[in-house]
Amino acid sequence: MNKNPTWKYLVLLLIVAFGVIYATPNLYQAEPGVQVIGLRNAVVDTNTLERAKRVLETAGVEVKQITLENGKIRARLTSEEAQNTARDVLREKLDDSFAVAATDLPTTPGWLESLGGAPMYLGLDLRGGVHFLMQVDMVAAEKKANDNYYEDIRKLLREEGIRYTGINRQENGAIFLRFKTEELQEQANAAVTTANPELVATTREDNGSFTMQLQLTESAISEIKKAALKKNMLALRNRIDQLGVSEPVIQQQGLDRIVVQLPGVKDPSVAKEILGKTATLQVHLVDEDNTASTVTGRVPSGSKRFYYRDGRPILLQKRILFSGDNIIDASVSIDENGGPAVSITLDSKGANVNSDVTGDNIGNRMAVVYVETLGETKIDSKGNARLVTKEIREVITAPVIRDQLGKRFIINGLDGQNEAKDLSLLLRAGSLAAPVFIIEERTVGPSLGADNIEKGFTSVLYGFLLVLLFMIVFYRVFGLVASFALVLNLVIIVAVLSLLQATLTLPGVAGMVLTVGMAVDANVLIFERIREEIQAGAAPQMSIHRGYDNAFSTIIDANLTTLIAALVLFNFGTGPIQGFAITLSIGIATSMVTAIFVSRILINLFYGGRRLDSLSI
Amino acid sequence: MQLFKKLTVINFIGLRKLALIFSIALLAASTYSLSTQGLNYGIDFSGGTKLELAYQQDVSVLDMRATLASSGYPEAVVQHFGSNKDVLIRIPLSPENSDAKVSDDVVKILAASEVGPGAVRSVEFVGPTFGKELFEKGILALVYALIGVMIYVAFRFEWKFSLGSVVALIHDVVITVGLFSILQLEFTLPVLAALLAVIGYSLNDTIVVFDRIRENFRKLRETDTEDTMNVSINQTLPRTILTSLTTLLVLVALFFYGGDALSGFAATLIIGVLIGTYSSIFVASPTVLMLGATAEDLLVEVVEKEGVDQPEHPYTP
Repeated sequence: MNKNPTWKYLVLLLIVAFGVIYATPNLYQAEPGVQVIGLRNAVVDTNTLERAKRVLETAGVEVKQITLENGKIRARLTSEEAQNTARDVLREKLDDSFAVAATDLPTTPGWLESLGGAPMYLGLDLRGGVHFLMQVDMVAAEKKANDNYYEDIRKLLREEGIRYTGINRQENGAIFLRFKTEELQEQANAAVTTANPELVATTREDNGSFTMQLQLTESAISEIKKAALKKNMLALRNRIDQLGVSEPVIQQQGLDRIVVQLPGVKDPSVAKEILGKTATLQVHLVDEDNTASTVTGRVPSGSKRFYYRDGRPILLQKRILFSGDNIIDASVSIDENGGPAVSITLDSKGANVNSDVTGDNIGNRMAVVYVETLGETKIDSKGNARLVTKEIREVITAPVIRDQLGKRFIINGLDGQNEAKDLSLLLRAGSLAAPVFIIEERTVGPSLGADNIEKGFTSVLYGFLLVLLFMIVFYRVFGLVASFALVLNLVIIVAVLSLLQATLTLPGVAGMVLTVGMAVDANVLIFERIREEIQAGAAPQMSIHRGYDNAFSTIIDANLTTLIAALVLFNFGTGPIQGFAITLSIGIATSMVTAIFVSRILINLFYGGRRLDSLSI
Repeated sequence: MQLFKKLTVINFIGLRKLALIFSIALLAASTYSLSTQGLNYGIDFSGGTKLELAYQQDVSVLDMRATLASSGYPEAVVQHFGSNKDVLIRIPLSPENSDAKVSDDVVKILAASEVGPGAVRSVEFVGPTFGKELFEKGILALVYALIGVMIYVAFRFEWKFSLGSVVALIHDVVITVGLFSILQLEFTLPVLAALLAVIGYSLNDTIVVFDRIRENFRKLRETDTEDTMNVSINQTLPRTILTSLTTLLVLVALFFYGGDALSGFAATLIIGVLIGTYSSIFVASPTVLMLGATAEDLLVEVVEKEGVDQPEHPYTP
């Protein structure tokens, strides 16, 4: 009785092999390194590799290995100082089109890697870094779209020669038009809806005047929101690449949120500054005909009063010639007086407009307006929070056009070198389609991350040893078997986490600790059953057999219910908490295998198939 | 080593009136505290900014508080943690200080003051609406977990058992949260996660007892519900105690060695495991009994299983 068939040993062997192979990569410590990737259209090739090699050699950095793979250069270095030096010299010597990031490279041996082995993926609370949850201001995205339609429709009706007696924007974003005759109303309806099928027109006759209300369809609005989110994610990705972060995570969450995780970033303020900025540029012509009314007085309908940074007013034509969206490249430079400047390259559309307008307006002035949306959450008297956005429009420069311009030009009048740097970065990376606000931040410094790993490891170890001791004292030989099962359980949890590359967080480590405590429950259930059978007078072999049999359904019931709680936790939790749910769920599943299946094989191996007078339990 | 040399014969169910008084007292104290002083919400739920700074030298929290108070943060709470070199700064949400830039500002202000720059160990910021949202989601998670459990137990056992287990779980959650309120311990996201783990754990315990009750209904000729429950609780008692002990062992290790980030989590589970163990013995089964469960409830469609032929258990009430 209680003998193992050979296949059980094979399965056990497979389980152990699986656990050991996939847990092993965690024993190899990551080594410091740097990584170079290409931005925008820049390609990292063998030339770049040679350049990087030379740069590192000149700087006297000892390089263990440097490779070019999947368009990334990765250099393995000997120390953290070497890592810092390497990053700094590469950033300085390679041009703006490459991003250099310090990164820790795994040292998993090739044979393990070829089996898909990799160390566990550590969450930010363990490796250090910045986590932001950003809310995209969809109200602003919708408003921006409506603003564009307003301008487009005015332009369209003007071009088609359809006269209207009034046009205005309504609270809900709809555009409201008034016509003299039904015929004009019909013409406008046809023209507008043909050009913009995503608009729905509602026409009406009202006391002799004919009105038309234009509204975006639900699906168009949802498309606009989707597009805004997508564009924002792209802009954020570009900005992050510029910052030089290795392995950033940029993920959509829900319909209007973006999760940004920047491992290894030590100073969250820089990241916050750059990621949240909605700064862009708009270029207008100066209204030279009405200079008299610049300071006070009536502003003519095609113009608008703007202000310089120092508060001086200036009258600009409303029409935007081109904006940040037309800029394809920007870099820091200096103007003829040695002041900070940004050199701009326009796309073809922007370049055409620029060349036409400047050609026609030599001697007039062209103004560059800096536009930034600032968002703040305000709490009203009832304690409710709401988003308040404020748009800042400042004229940074308004030079006289001396020549016809084209694709390239320079903007000066900036407030120092740092502003030139930030502005050029933002223009390069592309603007946000709608403002974003950080609604959650969790930053863990590198020292705290290391501390957390150590503390997590210590508590797993101590908890583990205490439970082993406890089991051996209470159940002797059976306790030893349970201990082996527990060790194997922990190895398998680590192996599964490594294989799935699920994020291990500090609460995840807590989940492991808890699993260690609860995993022995299955063994306790079985062993207590065996004891009961012995007390009832059953023979030892029979007791083992019945003990395992009787406890089985209880173990399944008990573990499945815990799994329900863990799954709910996974669905509702955020980042770190999900980490807890993951390790708990994996732990529950693996503990059933080790505590029932593996322990039975060992008990059978030890006691099976012979006459027994008593059991060491 | 065995906890009890012989099967214990404790009349747990007979103690149900005493247990009822005890539980009601705890529940009353919990609800009273929750309704009067409420919970001490951490920034996960209340929103705000929390940062940890580490300095090379001892620093004075009084000076730092004064610096921050004079620079637009009169509500800043500054305290040491661990050593006199480490400080924890909390800034509650206010109309002026409600965005993620507060932490950067505070770091700058302190760096420019006499204490000088410190290393930022951690920053947490939770915006005004988001804290509320996290809390609502957490409560929903608790509710869904309870519903999920109820369905599972109703499916595997019967509705009276399902109700009994959920009563026990609500009992555990309310008392654990109540203790957090009475002791004014910080109620954070990990604490909420631990509460869900408590549900899992306590239920585990209860299910083991229920399973035994079902088995005994089938096996024992004695069909008196109260006696069967007593036998079952006594039979599972060593397991209940041993598993609670191993779980408590690891939790104590976690509490003492896991650091600040996990101490609240561990504390919740320690309280929860203790209450959960108590409730699986004294609350769950008595509730099922009071709901009028009988052997027939679980025996409706029993197919004769192996267990029935087995020698009868020595326990004879």
